[in-house]
Amino acid sequence: MRRLVALALLLSACGGQSGEYAQQSQIPPEAIQSGYTFLQPETQALQDDDFANPGFLWVDKGETLFNQIPETGAPACASCHAADNRPLSGVAAHYPVMDEETGKLMNIEARINACRERHQDLAPLDHESDALLGLTAYVASLARGVPISVNIDGPARNYYEAGKDYFFLRKGQFNLACSQCHNDNWGKKLRGDTISQGHGNAFPAYRMEWQTFGSLHRRLRDCDSGIRAEPLDYGSATYMAVELYLAKRAEGLAMESPGVRR
Amino acid sequence: MKPAAAAALLCLLVPSACNQASNDRLASPVTIVGDAVPAPLEGRQGDAQRGQQVFTSRDSGHCLLCHQLASLDAEFQGNVGPPLTGIGDRLDAGQIRYRIIDAQTIWPDTVMPSYYRTDGLRQVGEAYKGAPALNAQEVEDLVAFLETQTD
Ligand code: HEC
Ligand code: HEC
Repeated sequence: MRRLVALALLLSACGGQSGEYAQQSQIPPEAIQSGYTFLQPETQALQDDDFANPGFLWVDKGETLFNQIPETGAPACASCHAADNRPLSGVAAHYPVMDEETGKLMNIEARINACRERHQDLAPLDHESDALLGLTAYVASLARGVPISVNIDGPARNYYEAGKDYFFLRKGQFNLACSQCHNDNWGKKLRGDTISQGHGNAFPAYRMEWQTFGSLHRRLRDCDSGIRAEPLDYGSATYMAVELYLAKRAEGLAMESPGVRR
Repeated sequence: MKPAAAAALLCLLVPSACNQASNDRLASPVTIVGDAVPAPLEGRQGDAQRGQQVFTSRDSGHCLLCHQLASLDAEFQGNVGPPLTGIGDRLDAGQIRYRIIDAQTIWPDTVMPSYYRTDGLRQVGEAYKGAPALNAQEVEDLVAFLETQTD
């Protein structure tokens, strides 16, 4: 019997391939913490000070755009969203959501562009444009401090599963999964960076490495490029799905945008 | 235990059991003996000084991302992987070579990349398709460098 076991091991060993997926792992709910925890105190201080935090340049720009009547004379965002009428305070903490009109998952950026097309008769804004980042940052800032909670029931479930799949899929020339850094090795040093748990609660955020403000999808593209995987498109269905998975995974964590990161 | 891990363990316990296994997912054929790849890749001669460059350089191996090496005077050494100080006392050249070229066969769940692997990968970035992360010469330079790392 023992010989058989050894033989079986040997046979499987010789044709053995490492798995396509990383092992299932999870951060215990009581250990969930924001990327903020792992920042240098100077970076934390910058995020904490609304006057010094460079992200507020975008928030302010977004607020102006929000209240402005477009050149076409279309209604301003503010004319449909006021304190007593479809208020936006806190809503970003529950995104992404299913869009009833298209049946697709939609993040804040996509919602803003949908409002432009459907209610303002305006063209969608480009990904990473100052205008889209600004509006997104303004809306996200209205949810600062609100605990993340998202709905993954019904049709959103498929997106959640797809996002989870991507999180554990090994990919790129380095053949690594998101989970291997952010579930299995958070708190350790990757040269100058302390690996965080990979939550999206600070985004859109100002990143020193970018020397500018950017979206969560830009951050995801950096992580994919870091493992030498081909990054996906901004706004792609898969990154939307990852965004939903990350939000569910971070449930209860407070929204921080505009965050400041290394 | 995953098959490859079992294999590595078996190889450690009974080296003859795994004699002459081959690995066909790498950039050039290698022969695995026990837990080592004794022959230099493509028969190349390594150079320890160049190996130090490969080890530290951001555009090359950049092993410092995850490993510490006390002999180097470099800031911000990573600790995702074990320190490699004194590695030349613990492992021989063939063992070091195998760990650099295909650590993910030895430890299937490891975050250490398989630097000489080309096959069976997904979503590889356009700029990196078809080539290993380190070529045969760079691997041999690294082996030569790490062999000299004795306490
Ligand atoms: C090789 C390690 C590694 C892998 C694999 C990896 N990341 Fe990251 N990730 C990092 C590092 C380093 C940072 C910057 C420091 C930090 O916040 O963790 C980061 C940052 C992040 C952040 C921002 C966190 C914050 O608070 O600013 C998110 C979100 C994230 N990663 C998600 C992902 C996702 C999703 C994947 C897979 C597509 C992934 N990461 C794959 C290393 C990795
Ligand atoms: C993303 C992280 C990471 C990078 C980058 C990395 N390693 Fe590793 N390495 C590890 C981990 C983790 C282990 C331990 C294996 C395990 O149990 O997962 C390891 C193990 C090793 C070992 C065996 C150590 C021992 O004591 O048995 C050697 C040798 C090694 N690495 C060399 C290198 C070299 C050379 C490079 C650069 C070309 C490199 N590593 C890059 C994470 C990394």
